[in-house]
Amino acid sequence: MSTAIRPAPVIDIPTGTRQLPTRRRLRRSSTAGLYLAGLLAGGALAALSGSGIVLAAGYGAVLGTVAVYVVSRSVEGRRTATDRLVTCVVVAAFGIAMVPLVWLLWTVVSKGARRLDGTFFDSSMLGIVGPGGGGYHAVLGTVVITALAAVISVPIGLLTAIYLVEYGTGRLKAAITFLVDTMTGIPSIVAGLFAYALFAVFFGPGVRLGVAGAVALSVLMIPVVVRSAEEVLKLVPAELREASYALGVPKWRTIVKVVVPTSIAGLGTAVMLALARVVGETAPLLVTVGITNGTNLNPFDGRMATLPVFAYYQLTQPGFPPGFAIDRAWTAALVLIALVMALDLAARLIGRCFAPSTRR
Amino acid sequence: MARVPRRPGDRVFAGTATGAGILILVVLAGVAVFLVTEAWPAFTAPPAALPGGTGLAGYVAPLIFGTLVAAVIALVVATPLAVGIALFITHYAPRRLAAALGSVVDLLAAIPSVVYGFWGIAALAPSLVPAYRWAEKHLGVIPLFAGPASTTGRTMLTAGLVLAVMILPIISAITREVFSQVPALHREAALALGATRWETIRLTVLPYGRSGIIGGAMLGLGRALGETLAIAIVLSTSGGITLDLISSSNPSTIAANIALQFPESSGLAVNALIASGLVLFVLTLGVNALARRVVGRRADLSGAT
Amino acid sequence: MAPRIDVTDLDLYYGSFLAVQGVTLSIEPRSITALIGPSGCGKSTFLRALNRLHEVVPGARVEGKVVLEGSSGQVVDLYGSDVDPVDVRRRIGMVFQRPNPFPTMSVYDNVAAGLRLNGARMNRSALDDLVERSLRAANLWTEVKDRLDRPGGGLSGGQQQRLCIARAIAVEPEVLLMDEPCSALDPISTLAIEDLMTELKEHFTIVIVTHNMQQAARVSESTGFFNLAGPGRPGHLVEINPTGKIFSNPDNRATEDYVSGRFG
Repeated sequence: MSTAIRPAPVIDIPTGTRQLPTRRRLRRSSTAGLYLAGLLAGGALAALSGSGIVLAAGYGAVLGTVAVYVVSRSVEGRRTATDRLVTCVVVAAFGIAMVPLVWLLWTVVSKGARRLDGTFFDSSMLGIVGPGGGGYHAVLGTVVITALAAVISVPIGLLTAIYLVEYGTGRLKAAITFLVDTMTGIPSIVAGLFAYALFAVFFGPGVRLGVAGAVALSVLMIPVVVRSAEEVLKLVPAELREASYALGVPKWRTIVKVVVPTSIAGLGTAVMLALARVVGETAPLLVTVGITNGTNLNPFDGRMATLPVFAYYQLTQPGFPPGFAIDRAWTAALVLIALVMALDLAARLIGRCFAPSTRR
Repeated sequence: MARVPRRPGDRVFAGTATGAGILILVVLAGVAVFLVTEAWPAFTAPPAALPGGTGLAGYVAPLIFGTLVAAVIALVVATPLAVGIALFITHYAPRRLAAALGSVVDLLAAIPSVVYGFWGIAALAPSLVPAYRWAEKHLGVIPLFAGPASTTGRTMLTAGLVLAVMILPIISAITREVFSQVPALHREAALALGATRWETIRLTVLPYGRSGIIGGAMLGLGRALGETLAIAIVLSTSGGITLDLISSSNPSTIAANIALQFPESSGLAVNALIASGLVLFVLTLGVNALARRVVGRRADLSGAT
Repeated sequence: MAPRIDVTDLDLYYGSFLAVQGVTLSIEPRSITALIGPSGCGKSTFLRALNRLHEVVPGARVEGKVVLEGSSGQVVDLYGSDVDPVDVRRRIGMVFQRPNPFPTMSVYDNVAAGLRLNGARMNRSALDDLVERSLRAANLWTEVKDRLDRPGGGLSGGQQQRLCIARAIAVEPEVLLMDEPCSALDPISTLAIEDLMTELKEHFTIVIVTHNMQQAARVSESTGFFNLAGPGRPGHLVEINPTGKIFSNPDNRATEDYVSGRFG
């Protein structure tokens, strides 16, 4: 400490004149003002040199930080100045992270809104060259394949979570926990290749099936369901299980009638979040399901269109003239984001609305 | 002494649950087995029969290089940012806002990778072109910026930056989790010694959270290695191994190459792609296992104290 | 119908750790037996071994014999190889330290839980009857009869505990085990539960673990004192005697020290 702490005065001085041992500190408004001044200066500098908004913000943040540091250093000393410097840097880090988020959302919304019309939702790409056309077939394809993936992975995921929490012991439990963790890290394209390889063994090379896509998505979805369902089931107090056992209820009935109903909201959230995670997956569907221009809703019969793959091909292989397809691609991207956000929101709502009062 | 359930209901239910768990073992083994089965022809084929004509190693090597370069750029950019964000949310932001700000960052994780690709090619890449031109002119002596600068901005550096944004929420989520678990007592002890906020963080939060940062970064790395569509869209791939980050001739990455080539491939080319997928599988498996171990060790440590 | 329980040479292990050693005692039918002793001496573990609830903890096991002897003379070895722990728990109910009604169920469903969860089919009026009877027996009927469809978690702590007692007796067990049933309750609720116990002992064999020596003295006919043989050593039963004797003139010096408040 550079300043010694003075002992409190012995004599009782009337309030108002009492001198507390204080150090010189900058006011909150003055530090904010300094930072703002730096920002403005940076902006002006950037404007003069003719660079974009992002660069201007960058200049400004650096200048503002320097201004705060220099003034604080001269008024408050080195330690406080360092503290303020770090505060500026940390806040800037958060600000920087917001840039791509806002930028991305703005880009997608502004470009996607152009074709966000009725036609997009009620026509497929069958026989479309140039204007018109839409993602009707792709939206339905995504719904079918994602639903099928859920049908495969929700039972497996929930039962595995139940095994891990209620039955698992010893090496098998450790092995399954480890493998679920490992599965979480499988790249989505590898999951796609696995599903392709699996079906290629039975149906020959070049196979494209909706169900193969569902299997690929399941490989990605199962570990997510397991991990989050496991957390939720662990939250059910052991006392409730014991209360049920003490009534002479067998273990499986206890799980089905007490443990699962108590945690049903959390399990619902877990499933929705897992769906949100896989609904936007493109790579595995690209290699297993492919794309088609018409509407095919039978996952056991050849290629299907899905929203992400549709968006990808419309952007990268737009044909001529390219503008129409690229507009459709951005609208598909916008719908896809909306779908993911809707699932995310649903997950949160389920968690909030259907939670039983575990208050005791 | 595990008591075997005696009731038929119990036996059936326990059997089903255990079966589901074992199914996961089988699936993972299946992933390995089927990938090897379908990749095998590429291993045994004569080098000239494979795409590129230089054998499997010659085919995969630039892809591995590209994968690593993109992932490393992403990691170098994202890790410090993620730590900053985690600090901001756990120790700087007002308590009431913290949770909301956290979920805003999590929104980044909810955006599908194909949409990142869209943004990268349409918005980020063009806006980086002036910067690349500047770098070529002034930093050209450094091999990384040797140029010629890309006129579309679809460079390795752009791809790495897109990846950085994508892995940011992963690293920051794990780091945040660890930072928020720093015992309040440690923090209060430092504060009681008269430490400033930054000194408190340096003395308590960072040492405690170090393994969380490392583990989070490695999980982010695992994700970046396997990221497919964003790179397939953003990166202009026409070259081989090069250190130049700002030109338009770059090596592709394993995942992006599969996505780009697979739909149009047949015969041995498919087997070669699957073989490269196998390499990616092994690579990410290793990185993830290591990351889990780092994060897991921290859990053990904090349990002991 | 209330049986007598004979325990012979019971050892309890968690894995390889011996937690309670060599307990031999008899529990009389239609009476209250209290188990007292310092924390960690294994009395709760012992209680849970009486309805084989300890088996839900991985690695927990017992050696020794617990025999249920009905009034008509039939004898069941609880740890016999052909005995299902689920059947044991249907005959021997339990009330826990903290009230634990099922949060997803109403008051009514909580009481009916034992039957419903066991998949018993009963017509509505018979079930209504049983619920009312159990709630009356738990002295809770008048307080909750107008809100049977409300969540069980919405009652007060004392009411929740009586709800748990009603739930336990609705499956018509023969023995009721109570593990510190009043430790989470206020004095008035505690009194209500104690009164209830005195009524219930007409029909059940009751074993209660308690930290509260006054409670043991107030409600029980006989009292067993558990103690640790030493630091790190297993718990054991020091003595079991009529409650009056335990509190006035116990056989063992340690018991006297404990009940007079010199340790524990």
